[in-house]
Amino acid sequence: MTELKTTGHAAAGGHGVQHDGEQHTEHHIVSPVVYLACFVALLICTGLTVGASYIEMYSWNAVVAIAIGVFKATLVVLFFMHVKYSSKLTKLTVGAGVFTFLILVGMSLSDYISRAWGQW
Amino acid sequence: MSDSQAVLGTGEHAAHVEHPPYQRHHFVSMDQQNETVQFGMWLFLLTEIMFFGGLFTAYMIYRNWYYPAFVAGSHQLDIFLGTLNTLVLISSSFTMAMGVWCAETRRSRGLVLSLVATLILGLAFLGIKTDEYHEKYVKHHIPGHTFDWKGFTNPTPEEIAKGDKALAPDMAQKTEVYFSLYFAMTGMHALHMIIGIVLLCGMLFKASRGGYMDGHIAFVENFGLYWHFVDIVWIFLFPLLYLISRHQ
Repeated sequence: MTELKTTGHAAAGGHGVQHDGEQHTEHHIVSPVVYLACFVALLICTGLTVGASYIEMYSWNAVVAIAIGVFKATLVVLFFMHVKYSSKLTKLTVGAGVFTFLILVGMSLSDYISRAWGQW
Repeated sequence: MSDSQAVLGTGEHAAHVEHPPYQRHHFVSMDQQNETVQFGMWLFLLTEIMFFGGLFTAYMIYRNWYYPAFVAGSHQLDIFLGTLNTLVLISSSFTMAMGVWCAETRRSRGLVLSLVATLILGLAFLGIKTDEYHEKYVKHHIPGHTFDWKGFTNPTPEEIAKGDKALAPDMAQKTEVYFSLYFAMTGMHALHMIIGIVLLCGMLFKASRGGYMDGHIAFVENFGLYWHFVDIVWIFLFPLLYLISRHQ
């Protein structure tokens, strides 16, 4: 896998001054090979999720479908959206967003299922 | 002026003179500017995730509540068209990623070709979606005063052969909730696609005139993030709406 690397300064046309002591983030150019591998993996996962929907798994159908969806979304975020190659700030932002999302959805659903606790 | 010098500190005044024209004065370096722009874009995408998250949560709760109606409603969707649209959208994400690569490596022709491919695939997605919406219109499955829930109390022999059961009238009426959420979720997704296609056309116009070849590609990169985000929303919409109720 070839990964071309250029610094932000070089990409901007040179003339940059190195700022010592500051976090220097290199601008990664993600190789088309990585994009292609990610694309093929997404196609395979789409086939898997459609195939899985034809198998009777009762309530597990939803779990399997969402699990495959989460895996596909992770591939897109890490490679197509370059988060794997991004700065700690970006990684932390994405992580904090997912965490907050899970809290909001999780708390809403737990409130919902516990309202009529024991009455079903 | 004085602001940027105050930030730069001693010994770095030369940088102020020799920065690229697209570097804003309040940024110390292009690295800092790129980082800030990317951070801002991700914050915007997080608000979008919260927005769609609300719709997904509503869908999950109502699906639990009116489960037989949601199963019957889901059976009305065409799995083939849904799968085809998923493949179209994933392909458009791939061509957009290639567009970002072409911009990064300053391939003008490649960038234009990638954007054209992304545009065509985006329009194909909307075309297939329009076909699906039209089928809902013909079958009176669009929520509102023309909505026909009585069909769900009396499925056709073909529908029974595929596993559909007749619903009691009170549950059959709740299929309107399923289709309301179906149109709200796929409609908001389609609206994001339409906004994306408008932005894409503007970017294609600039790229076709040799734009984005000076190393200033923040717009291409951030549009790529937006487009991939729209892809992610569909990655979850597709199984939730089309797939998970196949057997019940």
